[in-house]
Amino acid sequence: MKKIYVNEKWCLGCRLCEYNCAFANSGETDMVKALKGKPVKPRIHVEEDGKITYAVSCRHCEDPLCVKSCISGALSKTDGAVKIDKNKCVGCFTCVLVCPYGAISVQEETAATKCELCLSNSCGSPACVKGCPNKAIVYEER
Amino acid sequence: MKNYVIIGGGVASVACIEGIRSVDKEGKIYLICGEKRPTYCRPLISYYLEGRTDFEKMQYRPADFYEKNGCELVFATAEKIDEKNKTVTADGKNYKYDKLLVATGSSSFVPPFPGLSDVKNKFTFMTESDAESLNGVINENSRVLIIGAGLIGLKCAEGLAGRVKSITVCDLATRVLSSILDEDCAPYMQAVLEKNGISFMLGDSAAEFNGNTAHMKSGGELEFDVLVLALGVRANVSLVKDIGGTVNRGIVVNEFMETSIKDVYSAGDCAEGYDASIKGNRILALFPSAYAEGFTAGANMAGESRKLLNEFPLNSIGFFGLHVMTAGAYVGEMTEIKTESGIKRLFIDNDKLVGFIIIGDVKGVGIYTNMIREGTPVSSVNEEILINSPSLAIFSPEIRAKILGSVV
Repeated sequence: MKKIYVNEKWCLGCRLCEYNCAFANSGETDMVKALKGKPVKPRIHVEEDGKITYAVSCRHCEDPLCVKSCISGALSKTDGAVKIDKNKCVGCFTCVLVCPYGAISVQEETAATKCELCLSNSCGSPACVKGCPNKAIVYEER
Repeated sequence: MKNYVIIGGGVASVACIEGIRSVDKEGKIYLICGEKRPTYCRPLISYYLEGRTDFEKMQYRPADFYEKNGCELVFATAEKIDEKNKTVTADGKNYKYDKLLVATGSSSFVPPFPGLSDVKNKFTFMTESDAESLNGVINENSRVLIIGAGLIGLKCAEGLAGRVKSITVCDLATRVLSSILDEDCAPYMQAVLEKNGISFMLGDSAAEFNGNTAHMKSGGELEFDVLVLALGVRANVSLVKDIGGTVNRGIVVNEFMETSIKDVYSAGDCAEGYDASIKGNRILALFPSAYAEGFTAGANMAGESRKLLNEFPLNSIGFFGLHVMTAGAYVGEMTEIKTESGIKRLFIDNDKLVGFIIIGDVKGVGIYTNMIREGTPVSSVNEEILINSPSLAIFSPEIRAKILGSVV
């Protein structure tokens, strides 16, 4: 199963991954239309410790605590990817409470926001990886 | 081929089915469901009142889940267990088991208030049918009295807000959410509830009822049209107690989720298992724990020997957009940070994070939860980042490379 991995030595901290992610999941075909003047709601985020930067997104765990803890049955693991049914999610954010990676975020009141590997949007493969200028984020089998 | 019987149709039971099937793809599973409907998400009943979900969306698993997992749903009430012949009797029929799970959950506790039997519109708030009945009587003129300012009472209040004339919540405790919040944190949640039109009578409760009037312990009176009783729950232990199984507040289980009766397991709100935060047994009436217990029980019923020793209290709940997350025990040294939207209290004992209360900014809280779960020494991480903005930046680049670079 291919997953997203980061190599923080090569991360420039440019945050292009966040913008590309938000665009890919916006449903829009034009990046300006998708992001200009709107809150950017990425499913990947760049963290830093003062010196080093790196991107964090869902690890699609073998044994996902978020799925096991989800009180609405909105989270499930299918074909190796942890997916969220926003129609079922009520925004209790128990997943945020239990995710060991801090990879699930609160971007809207009604549902949690998480990476689905761009499998269900028009991008087809992770937009963060495609757009990373320094190959600090890769999509591969390990 | 093994025969499995599961009594109870809540989350622990679904987790048990998934646990069994992670090991045994063949055995026959009977699920005896007293509520006479497939498993749904009980904590969502307040969102149903709010109109944000419906019973179809509240189904915990897809409709074909039971069939796909070789599980026969039996809509009936389990009457007794015969531990010698290894059968469960439900609606007069006997179901033979090799391994049995008792996941009977809990029931609303209603004290015998004088005059309560004459109150017309009174409800508990636990099940879909409770929510449906309550939903059927309220209107814009209803004055609602909720007894109990805990998780259930307050979620009910939030669900009713804006749909009724008034909501008053009383509780003998002097603060809201007293099971998860301390005295300094509770006012943050009380304030947001009050801002949204909910009134409180704390340190006070009903003494008796006279028609639609509640006579309060403090001597006051309150008129209401609809009464919601949310005073807490009691574990449903009788099936196991009746056959001599060890029962305390809940059905006592060991780390394998076995009761004291051979081949009988228990999980969920009726079970009293190990709570790592108090290093002792306690009922953990929480959704994530119910799942973990049910899954562990299922795997063990199917032949594994898995121990469940790392459960502890975990709560994530929001009211009108203000979120609160709590975990573990509030002991040891406290570090407090006031944030724009609320407060954060971290409890560190013997170099380990053992508990927290976080209101408002809940970004990255899972990092804290994981430190409690793993027992990560606080001295091994960047404490300043840990306290101010929890993220994987608390770890050294080497550890982080392992976390983000390896398959998990």
